[in-house]
Amino acid sequence: MLEIIYQFISHNVLLPITTLLLPVDYQAQALTVLQTVVKILSILVPVLITVAYFTYFERKVIGFIQGRIGPNRVGFFGFSLWGLGQPIADAVKLIVKEIIVPTGSNRVLFIMAPILSLAPSLAAWAVIPFDDTKVLANINAGLLYVLALTSLAVYGVIIAGWASNSKYAFLGAMRSAAQIVAYEIAMGFALVGVLVAAGSLNLGDIVNSQAGSVIHWFWIPLFPLFVIYFISGLAETNRAPFDVAEGESEIVAGFHVEYGGMAFSVFFMAEYANMILIAVLSAIMFCGGWLSPFQGIPGLEDLFTWVPPMFWLLAKTSFFMFLFLWFRATFPRYRYDQIMRLGWKVFIPITIVWLVVVSALVVTNTPPWFN
Amino acid sequence: MIEQIVFYLFSGILLLSATMVVVMRNPIHSALFLVLSFFASAAIWLLLQAEFLAIALVLVYVGAVMVLFLFVVMMLDINLVVIREGFARFLPVGITVAVLMVAAMGLVVGSDYFLSDTYMAIKSVGADYSNTKELGLTLYTEYLYQFEIAGAILLVAIIAAISLSMSKSKVNKSISPEEQVFVKKADRLRIVKMQSETNNKDEESET
Repeated sequence: MLEIIYQFISHNVLLPITTLLLPVDYQAQALTVLQTVVKILSILVPVLITVAYFTYFERKVIGFIQGRIGPNRVGFFGFSLWGLGQPIADAVKLIVKEIIVPTGSNRVLFIMAPILSLAPSLAAWAVIPFDDTKVLANINAGLLYVLALTSLAVYGVIIAGWASNSKYAFLGAMRSAAQIVAYEIAMGFALVGVLVAAGSLNLGDIVNSQAGSVIHWFWIPLFPLFVIYFISGLAETNRAPFDVAEGESEIVAGFHVEYGGMAFSVFFMAEYANMILIAVLSAIMFCGGWLSPFQGIPGLEDLFTWVPPMFWLLAKTSFFMFLFLWFRATFPRYRYDQIMRLGWKVFIPITIVWLVVVSALVVTNTPPWFN
Repeated sequence: MIEQIVFYLFSGILLLSATMVVVMRNPIHSALFLVLSFFASAAIWLLLQAEFLAIALVLVYVGAVMVLFLFVVMMLDINLVVIREGFARFLPVGITVAVLMVAAMGLVVGSDYFLSDTYMAIKSVGADYSNTKELGLTLYTEYLYQFEIAGAILLVAIIAAISLSMSKSKVNKSISPEEQVFVKKADRLRIVKMQSETNNKDEESET
């Protein structure tokens, strides 16, 4: 269905625009550019809507876990609809609020910081394959690109902390910088394991090399790396139990203590967009991406062929997104030295050892994954 | 044509930001401009179809090295007056070094190995050509010993860095996790039995 809509827009909107407005020489190039823009929008708009409703989902899920109801008042046209209008009301509230730039702060960097933290998490979606053919940029080094972009999100936090001219914000930024550098190494090693197992850096090829059945997915041979990747993802996104960069009980709100209105909400969006990104990457690299979980099971496989592959990817992603919320509601915040110890002294050695194990499995062509 | 526009755009950004790194008074701004210049040079490498090198530049230098760099620069209280004091004194040395570097670069770029007609056009390769794979094959076959020597040197540097930083801190306040795990309630908590003091006037007035 998405292809039909895309073809419709491409033929009936973009083609007339380019043919009417531009000289013949540039029409083909302009059409490609416009088509790419439409594709980008078709990824980013759903991502941003998901971000908005992820906040609602979080409040509901944590509410239920804690025996509360969560937001249930704001709805549409007089119907409360379990509070489904809440994210929109929040967004409107944040948009109309004033952005206060503190005295003595660095104005340009202060405004730039939230943008710098949101942009990489959205740019990383360029290489995410939604099914065999649906991918915006099918580049060879997709895995590396994703790793590079997820490591850039820390700049927003550091610059925000420094530009705010506030001790609390600065402490939050310092904590975040040290934490992200520590966990990025473990994350990188986990991804090297995926690379060794799949034999490719292309995310589509990584999914295809997991084809077969649920036990062919990489979560079994790479189980320690899978767990470490997800926990490092929690740490990279500054989520509970690793949210010392915010640390309400110690440093008020950490790096974004001076932010308000839309500037704050862009930080908020960046955090949630990053969580969705980590969730979709976990699904792609360890849980078979768009592959059906019923693949390889004789009766069930045919029963579910009508389901579009993208559904499976989104279902797996939703599960990992739920895990983020579950962890937040369950675990108390780590102490700072324990975070550092876990990153440097536990995760990195485990990943290095498991790299050797994976390489041995690959070299010996161990069935059912590497034959 | 688009390729040329992109090239000139990113070269312009690169030159501008590289100049700003030197010119800027605030060291944080300099560091951020250095990040921008890394980005611009990564984009130029992408134009040369060296996607692995380009992304590795962003990953290693922008994602890790510059983060630590910013971390350190932000923690330092740099007094710019002291730094600028020696400007005139060190100017001759600086100019000499700059001239030498320009001369060396000129010799390399102008030599037979970098003739413009051999290096101007980039050979266009198919979409299935993997830059990463090619690089790995070359590194692990032709240049294996050099690669291993580089790895050994880096390992030595890591160990040296750790031992240097460990020897300095005599007062180490870190707590060993084993002790924390095996701690008992009795080690930390002492329950004292004592008579209740109901006749205390202060307490009565408070309640």
